Amino acid sequence: MEYLEFELPIKELEEQLQKCRLIGEESEVDVTETCSQIEKKLKQAKTDIYKNLTSWQRVQLSRHPNRPYTMDYIKAICGETFLELHGDRSFKDDKAMIGGLGKIGDQSYMFIGQQKGYNTKTRQYRNFGMANPEGYRKALRLMKSAEKFGIPVVTLLDTPGAYPGLEAEERGQGEAIARNILEMTRLKVPIITVIIGEGASGGALGIGVGDKVLMLENTWYSVISPESCSSILWRSWEYKEQAAEALKLTAKDMKKLKMVDEIIKEPLGGAHRDREQTFAIVSNAISKSYESLKNLSPKELVENRMNKYLEMGVFKG
Amino acid sequence: MSWFKRKTKGITTTTQDKKDTPRGLWYKSPTGKIVDAEELEKNFYVSPEDGYHVRIGSKEYFEILFDDNKFKELDANLESKDPLKFEDTKKYPERLKAAQEKTKLKDAVRCAVGKSKGKDLVVACMDFAFIGGSMGSVVGEKIVRAADYALKKKIPFMIISKSGGARMMEAALSLMQLAKTSVKLAQLADAGIPYISLCTDPTTGGTTASFAMLGDINIAEPGALIGFAGPRVVKDTTGQDLPEGFQTSEFLLEHGFLDFIVLRKELKKRVNQYIDLITNQPLRA
Repeated sequence: MEYLEFELPIKELEEQLQKCRLIGEESEVDVTETCSQIEKKLKQAKTDIYKNLTSWQRVQLSRHPNRPYTMDYIKAICGETFLELHGDRSFKDDKAMIGGLGKIGDQSYMFIGQQKGYNTKTRQYRNFGMANPEGYRKALRLMKSAEKFGIPVVTLLDTPGAYPGLEAEERGQGEAIARNILEMTRLKVPIITVIIGEGASGGALGIGVGDKVLMLENTWYSVISPESCSSILWRSWEYKEQAAEALKLTAKDMKKLKMVDEIIKEPLGGAHRDREQTFAIVSNAISKSYESLKNLSPKELVENRMNKYLEMGVFKG
Repeated sequence: MSWFKRKTKGITTTTQDKKDTPRGLWYKSPTGKIVDAEELEKNFYVSPEDGYHVRIGSKEYFEILFDDNKFKELDANLESKDPLKFEDTKKYPERLKAAQEKTKLKDAVRCAVGKSKGKDLVVACMDFAFIGGSMGSVVGEKIVRAADYALKKKIPFMIISKSGGARMMEAALSLMQLAKTSVKLAQLADAGIPYISLCTDPTTGGTTASFAMLGDINIAEPGALIGFAGPRVVKDTTGQDLPEGFQTSEFLLEHGFLDFIVLRKELKKRVNQYIDLITNQPLRA
């Protein structure tokens, strides 16, 4: 397990605990008392540290290398039922955007999400979770296919942004995202969106217009990353912490501003500390959201969704 | 032979005594052509020397599109608030105030309805001069209301994009304007009302990822910069040199994202020609 800088006190205590247990195993010394004391300290340290995370620390947690990614969720939630589907039918199959059908209980869902890699090789293969236009078009194709058969759509958001490459521009990155956003506002089946990691700007919103938008506790969602915001407004990369605060990008902020519907609580220390529990929580949240949407007619569904987005924005006059 | 020799060396006129041409009499295009300002105005703000389309704002576009420059402005009084209490090197309300004073505009878009070649047209036109034409809550709301006006009265709708993208000082609220404006465009589309998107220099970021690319026709002025990521970002990300003409109108036309490129002096004619054709009406002269 990798530790972030602010988690170092936890690392230290966990190492102490391990050593203590080892001593107990290898020698005759009774360590139960010492171990339980360290355990107590560890619990307290965890509570203290994770209770008051700054916005920037949440950004760091959202990018934690051990954090589960889209495919981890889908495989854990759907198990053997998942069937991955590929391709945009006009250019190629984008590895940064995955999708397919799977079941939770008796209900089929169309899952779509950006996919990051877990080591150098797969990170490159997945283009660091930055989709090209064909990724957004693949997502739209799957959504339309779900609509045709009345299957609800689940999108899992985790991207540092849409890929800002030369070929991406040639193939219309802006158009692809714009088209998805528009079509999602009027898709006739329920859309449940879960922000599981990074929700960076148009690249995230391109699969992120939903009836229920759920945000995991340690994720961020905004129009720009704190680093880029810092470099543009402060003309230096040094102000990312301030930028993270200013952007109001945490789940709590987003809920308060009514841009997401619910916050999903993560296990203490973040999703990666107890993956199985995280998967179970997310699976339940999806099912619960679907229950609240499934009896609406397509017309009601679209009307509610449109009205929700029309309400967004703060102005005077 | 000393009659043509300088008595004292160098230029001795002090800066204060230099006779400058009053500002605004001449315009210099990027290729270096000098144009008389009055002549430029008469030529739809296009340099007659090299065809360069000078960046203009809503005032000029309304003048070009509406008959006799007559129009009714819609929701002229909407102004931005500071919901996030955003502060970088400057507070957001201060930035807004400075921009308003400098540009005499309320925000980065103005919307109007008026006759264009004798028939009603609703136009939402962005102003780049106002914080880079950035899209915040006010831009989103004004576009939505203008589109709703077009929807209710069944009038063709046009957006003139000129924007650097989302307004960072409104963070995610600004991002959500992409979805918000798209909702209304979807409703317009479902009602069969034509929507024309004109991309002008520059159209980048959030505007490209929403209404600028969603027209029944997408058209652009010549030589405009149009793209999702800005050219500097693309260059920094890929490390590649950008081909000449990358992300220009001509580049987008070639790659299939524009229906045609329109000269400013033909804008009014072409827009109305399209509207007459798509609505199956007799062509107006």
